[in-house]
Amino acid sequence: MFNETVLKEINEIRAKYPDRRSALLPSLYIAQREFGWLSHEAMQFVARTLNLPEAEVRGTASFYAMFKHKPVGRNLIQLCTNVSCMILGSEGLLDFLNKRYGVEPDGTSGDGRFSLVIMECIGACGTAPAMLVNTDFHDNLTEQRIEEILEKYK
Amino acid sequence: MEKILLKNIDNPNSADINEYIKVGGYGSLSKALNMQPKEILEEVKKSGLRGRGGAGFPTGMKWSFAIADPNFPKYLLCNADEGEPGTFKDRPILEKNPHLLIEGMAISGYVLGSEFGYVYLRGEYPYAKDVLNKAIKQAHEKNYLGDNILGKGIRFHLAVYQGAGAYICGEETALIESIEGRKGQPRNKPPFPVNAGAWGLPTIVNNVETLSNLPYIVEAGGEAYSKTGNKDCSGPKLFCVSGCVNKPGVFELPMGTSLRDIIYKHAGGIKDGKKLKAVIPGGISTPVLPADSIDCAMDFVSMPKAGSMLGSGAVIVMDESVCMVRVTHRALKFFEHESCGKCVPCREGTEWLRKILERIENGKGREGDVELLSDVAGNISGKTFCPLGDGAAGVVMGMLKHFRNEFEEHVKNGNCKFQI
Ligand SMILES: Cc1cc2nc3c(=O)[nH]c(=O)nc-3n(C[C@H](O)[C@H](O)[C@H](O)COP(=O)(O)O)c2cc1C
Ligand code: SF4
Ligand code: FES
Repeated sequence: MFNETVLKEINEIRAKYPDRRSALLPSLYIAQREFGWLSHEAMQFVARTLNLPEAEVRGTASFYAMFKHKPVGRNLIQLCTNVSCMILGSEGLLDFLNKRYGVEPDGTSGDGRFSLVIMECIGACGTAPAMLVNTDFHDNLTEQRIEEILEKYK
Repeated sequence: MEKILLKNIDNPNSADINEYIKVGGYGSLSKALNMQPKEILEEVKKSGLRGRGGAGFPTGMKWSFAIADPNFPKYLLCNADEGEPGTFKDRPILEKNPHLLIEGMAISGYVLGSEFGYVYLRGEYPYAKDVLNKAIKQAHEKNYLGDNILGKGIRFHLAVYQGAGAYICGEETALIESIEGRKGQPRNKPPFPVNAGAWGLPTIVNNVETLSNLPYIVEAGGEAYSKTGNKDCSGPKLFCVSGCVNKPGVFELPMGTSLRDIIYKHAGGIKDGKKLKAVIPGGISTPVLPADSIDCAMDFVSMPKAGSMLGSGAVIVMDESVCMVRVTHRALKFFEHESCGKCVPCREGTEWLRKILERIENGKGREGDVELLSDVAGNISGKTFCPLGDGAAGVVMGMLKHFRNEFEEHVKNGNCKFQI
């Protein structure tokens, strides 16, 4: 089960909304932070903490792209390939990530260092192509810039 | 033009409350609390402010509906989902001018009789989340939010709710479902959110940019505000330009600025000396315009006449090297991925369109595929539960209207002559 600190955090969130169910998405984020991804067990904890049916927790979690249903690598690369990024070369960067780091969309590199997901516009179109690594924005990407940036993520 | 929305953002500490106060910040809230809510509503109506989230609904009118509803509490939701591809206009407000939004929401809460506001922020903006949370804390400490704002006995609380990567949650009823802790699937209207929204109570949903106009409207008055822009569409507008231009970015310009000026005067024209081919003027869901159709005023009234929509003001510029089949295919991948699955024409139709486009793009297009595209799009259009499906169909129909030959050549030749 969640530890006391996490339970307290969830209770504080609950207090901000008229209904406990609103704490579901924030709690899923917390569970994902604590366990790295949303395992069956993690979702069970959320269901119990909020007193919601497990099926509803799983159903809701599966609707949202940012909840992960399998383990991810130590760092999550979220590369945008929507139109503004695509016309400035993001699809070539996908090939580069595969060749250089051995990571494919929805996959994880063999050494567990990187996972990769394709994003639908991350609001950085003016400095395309762009990606988020974990929670950091990186833009104006080129192959060389990606190499420099990813150095920092071990 | 005096900057209202992007005022002070070149100051590296612009997100700090003290810097905001230095340039007059929270003066409008203080002024507002000495006015009657009704008086402010009149100013908002006079201003002609229309919602900046895409639909352009008159804000004063929406507010009157919510105010007329006898039920309390009322909720004010700020739509910071900014999911429309090509759009990055709310981000500078959220990251660099958060107090403008907070002040706008506090004023709006007072006018609407709402004591609770939430900012529904897309999950992809983690930095903005930290900035906003910090700004909200500062505003509480200085008594611009809380139980007794500026000692006037007015109450307004604000919290950030983080979305989790679903474009459809930008649609206001899906947003409400999401903040209630459910899948973001749109609700039937009526009842409209202004009468039965979040937790069944009157709820006002407004875009970040919309709410950020409030401090100025209170400060200068609705009439002064309405002097900027066009008669039916007033005020400043944030345009975000991306793609094949020299100076992409967010520009605060009068509503109704011409698309040509936005691209050539403000965004520095087409990159690498290439020729303009096409523009998606208001985010990926708005129909494409060919290069010869950019002499139109970018506002909610003029753009439909020009064959597209203002949408979110997200201008995506494409030069002669960009393949329209490829762009359409990518757009449809997006719609298929983001379809919430509630209604059949959108759920099945977007997948079908994507598949046809994929084979055309891969050189495996079949005879009759172009007609099929047009047929499927026509059968989605007007038959979906919410505007997402319509948008997807409109994108395909717009492309076929202006660039049909490109699709036909792909089918006939089995290859593409463009670089991108
Ligand atoms: C599919 C879809 C996505 C939308 N996404 C957004 C969005 O990201 N941000 C936004 O403010 N409005 C979005 N809207 C419009 C909202 O439904 C709503 O009209 C708007 O938030 C109202 O605020 P406004 O009157 O201030 O524009 C979207 C609408 C649809 C149909
Ligand atoms: S049009 Fe698409 S997104 Fe909208 S309700 Fe139907 S399936 Fe969902
Ligand atoms: S299209 Fe890539 S960030 Fe917007």
